[in-house]
Amino acid sequence: MNQTIIKYYYGDYGDKEMPSGAGQHSPVANEWPLWEVFIRSKQGLDHKHVGSLHAADARMAIENARDVYTRRQEGVSIWVVESKYIHASNPDDAESFYEPANDKVYRHPTFYDLPDELTHM
Amino acid sequence: MTTQELEKNFQDKVDAEVRIEPRDWMPGKYRQTLIRQISQHAHSEIVGMLPEGNWISRAPSLKRKQILIAKVQDEAGHGLYLYSAAETLGITRDEMIEQLHSGKAKYSSIFNYPTITWADMGAIGWLVDGAAIMNQVPLCRTSYGPYSRAMIRVCKEESFHQRQGFESLLVLSNGTPEQRAMVQDAIDRWWWPSIMMFGPHDAESTNTEASMKWKIKRFSNDELRQRFVDMIAEQVKLLDMTLPDPELKWNEARGHYDFGKINWEEFWNVVSGNGPCNKQRLDARRKAWEEGAWVREAAKAHAEKRVLREKQQAA
Ligand SMILES: [Fe+2]
Ligand SMILES: [Fe+2]
Repeated sequence: MNQTIIKYYYGDYGDKEMPSGAGQHSPVANEWPLWEVFIRSKQGLDHKHVGSLHAADARMAIENARDVYTRRQEGVSIWVVESKYIHASNPDDAESFYEPANDKVYRHPTFYDLPDELTHM
Repeated sequence: MTTQELEKNFQDKVDAEVRIEPRDWMPGKYRQTLIRQISQHAHSEIVGMLPEGNWISRAPSLKRKQILIAKVQDEAGHGLYLYSAAETLGITRDEMIEQLHSGKAKYSSIFNYPTITWADMGAIGWLVDGAAIMNQVPLCRTSYGPYSRAMIRVCKEESFHQRQGFESLLVLSNGTPEQRAMVQDAIDRWWWPSIMMFGPHDAESTNTEASMKWKIKRFSNDELRQRFVDMIAEQVKLLDMTLPDPELKWNEARGHYDFGKINWEEFWNVVSGNGPCNKQRLDARRKAWEEGAWVREAAKAHAEKRVLREKQQAA
């Protein structure tokens, strides 16, 4: 049975992969673009997605990100990227998309049956 | 997949405590309920800055002024986390702001009460933020991923709000008779509106059932209200003050405090726009939005110009 599913793509993922016509949002004329914010909480760790915000350009996005997401020293480095440039995998395909990793138990150390006497391994 | 299959799939995920993310299929009603709840929550944070902002220039010391500014700034942050969580559901920021300004979207009616003495700052932190925290902690486990992540961030920041409020009242309560009277007066005025913050009784609350099934909410209004009453009824003793409810009494059999009847007429009156400060609050928001329009336009024009200039230089 064919279903028309209305989907909205907006926010903390890109809108590039939007299937034509589905849940299309006419961009609001006066809104500043949306940016995704990534923060490195300390040296040695990856940048992690923390949320999004609106800003006129990248410089303002970084300054706003500092004020919104790092008021308590939550970060030592900030990345921002305009949300429309994020490409995302499709959750509807998740099952088949990640299927190849499903049956490869031998990739895990616990797959191997070794004698108890064997140490440091 | 048919709609029934999609719905079953969705409910199975919710039941298994798997979070729903923006691009996942979700029932239209779920999306709608979330947009309403998250945006109204965001509006409450933003409008909530006004009653406290009222006292920034009149804080009694530099220390109290710094604390108050930090708290009000946090509330702005909370509004922004929540607006961006709502945007993942397909509503734009401008639409939400338009709904607030037109009166279509509500915000917590507690912010329609005036802040008339300095002790109100303490009472708001202790009671209003205290009630908000009671509501917000379970929302950290709400079923919608972006909302839950925003709430985790909010809750981390809220605890200082309540503590600074109580501490400020504690200092006043050890002060002169006039200061003590000021504390009691603030408690008397903020107590009932604070327990109304949990919303109508469960029997009259229209959205509770679906929200519980979808795990947007995890506890009912009355459950959370009771917890709050039990907590505050004990804490007020440390201030050597009283709550303005002659029926407040520990009930051994229930293991809870009994409390008096809430004036729902007042509640609905304030919700529908007739509270002491409804007009003032909305006027202040609209004015800020209108007077900021040129800044938004100028920043946009500037950014566009810079992109153009960079392109010309590259050519
Ligand atoms: Fe807040
Ligand atoms: Fe707060």
